[in-house]
Amino acid sequence: MSDRERSKAKGRSKEEGAEQEADSAETEADLEALDDLLDEIDEVLEENAEEFVKNYVQKGGE
Amino acid sequence: MAIHKVLGTETEFGIAVRGDTGFNPAVASSLVVNSYPGARVKVQWSYEEESPGRDARGFGHDTFGLIDPEGAVVNSVLANGARLYVDHAHPEYAAPEAFDPLEAALYDKVGEWVMHSASVEVSKISDKRVSLYKNNSDGKGNSYGAHENYLLARETPFGDVIRYATTFLVTRQIFTGSGKVGSENGRQDVDFQITQRADFFEEEVGLETTLKRPIINTRDEPHADPSKYRRLHVIIGDANLSEVQNFLKLGSTALLLAALEDGAIPDPLDLLDPVESCWTVSHDTALRHRVDLDGGGTATALELQWRYLEWLNKYVEKELDEPVWQQVLEEWERVLVGLEEDPMSLSNTLDWVAKKHLIEGYRARDGITWDSARAQAIDLQYHDVDPERGLYYRLAARGSMRRLFTDDQIKAALAHPPEKTRSYFRGRCVTDFSDALVAANWDSLVFDVGESHLKRIPMMEPLRGTKEMVGRLLDEAETAADLLELLGG
Repeated sequence: MSDRERSKAKGRSKEEGAEQEADSAETEADLEALDDLLDEIDEVLEENAEEFVKNYVQKGGE
Repeated sequence: MAIHKVLGTETEFGIAVRGDTGFNPAVASSLVVNSYPGARVKVQWSYEEESPGRDARGFGHDTFGLIDPEGAVVNSVLANGARLYVDHAHPEYAAPEAFDPLEAALYDKVGEWVMHSASVEVSKISDKRVSLYKNNSDGKGNSYGAHENYLLARETPFGDVIRYATTFLVTRQIFTGSGKVGSENGRQDVDFQITQRADFFEEEVGLETTLKRPIINTRDEPHADPSKYRRLHVIIGDANLSEVQNFLKLGSTALLLAALEDGAIPDPLDLLDPVESCWTVSHDTALRHRVDLDGGGTATALELQWRYLEWLNKYVEKELDEPVWQQVLEEWERVLVGLEEDPMSLSNTLDWVAKKHLIEGYRARDGITWDSARAQAIDLQYHDVDPERGLYYRLAARGSMRRLFTDDQIKAALAHPPEKTRSYFRGRCVTDFSDALVAANWDSLVFDVGESHLKRIPMMEPLRGTKEMVGRLLDEAETAADLLELLGG
């Protein structure tokens, strides 16, 4: 968790000043949090999305 | 006064063997269930007591009572009173009977931990890497269930359940959905919808659970004294990862049913076409669609949910003292307000919103489309029960999902049964007398204590066998034979 917090802080300073075209409904902090979240998710997302989705077939149940 | 709403969930998990597209799901599910490393007893599940073909409307359907040989392969009862088994092509966790919706949500969450620990064990004892998903659809037209069970009084006319619960079940989807990219089963195309399950519902009332699924399932199989009880088997819900959402789903439904039994729902709010409304409500993430009411006029699902909340607020004030019901009402109101003002404000509370928020993020950053494999992969991976890979779990770990339970509470509920229902007796027997326990069902345990006959302990009352009633006796008994003697036979 603490590692994650550190990388979060790092991400924030790196991206300061960048990406100013924020949707007015969302605050800058929200966007930063979302970017940070997506960066984290990128690391665990299935690399081959197409294969992953194609192979997920469930038959039978209930 | 309505009878106490003992309740619980049963969840079939999606299964995949990584790098092996041709795997046999029944075999893989058996491997998972057999590998579960926690305390449990492998038992014969007493099928003769089950009658899934009996219909609450009063007619029978014998062929449904046949034993399914695949389903009978692997069965076990866990130390927390749950049943872990293979249901056709899925590993299934049926949570122990809980005393209230908060406890039911906790023991439902435990199921994810059970499945994850089983899959970790599989990777230790074999070269297979199994992934398990707490979802309800493969995105290709196949659905599997997450069912809820609520205890009702036998004298409650089933017609009243149909009349007063249908609209509630259709409209509660706005906070029970776990979100899905696209549509299935021939329904209208959408980018994203609120629920996993709605597309698969085709009837208003019926006995089926696997085809022509009905909004109200009539299976009359109380797993308790049939002269006193019914069990409402609700099949129109999504499996939820969000603890708050699951609690709200279970709590609001239990309240609705209690009020219904007490005649406290003044208007059935009949829909002109419940089945079509089921789809349109799920397909409308903006929550603006107006469904047609049978008596004329239209309403949004949100407006109808506000009506139920208003009635149930009054009902709780008049009839129910336990603080848990106040908590249900508070969460309910908070969620309805959020959905009204800005659904995306609930991305920390509702699975469908959290998932949509994630995919919207990828659309904005990477320009992915709703029908892309990546959007579908995010949809699927949201439900992975592995805390490292599952996107719900990643969100929760960084504090992006509101939680109701600590990991320590979940761990304790993995090892110990609820204390205020008969699941206490079942769970304690698994822990203390595993050697002698040979068969089980929701309403009985069968022991072999070395005598000429097996001994069957009936448990027909869901609120007996509690810690208060049998805790001391279980502490005193050193063997199963002692226990049977102390129980009087």
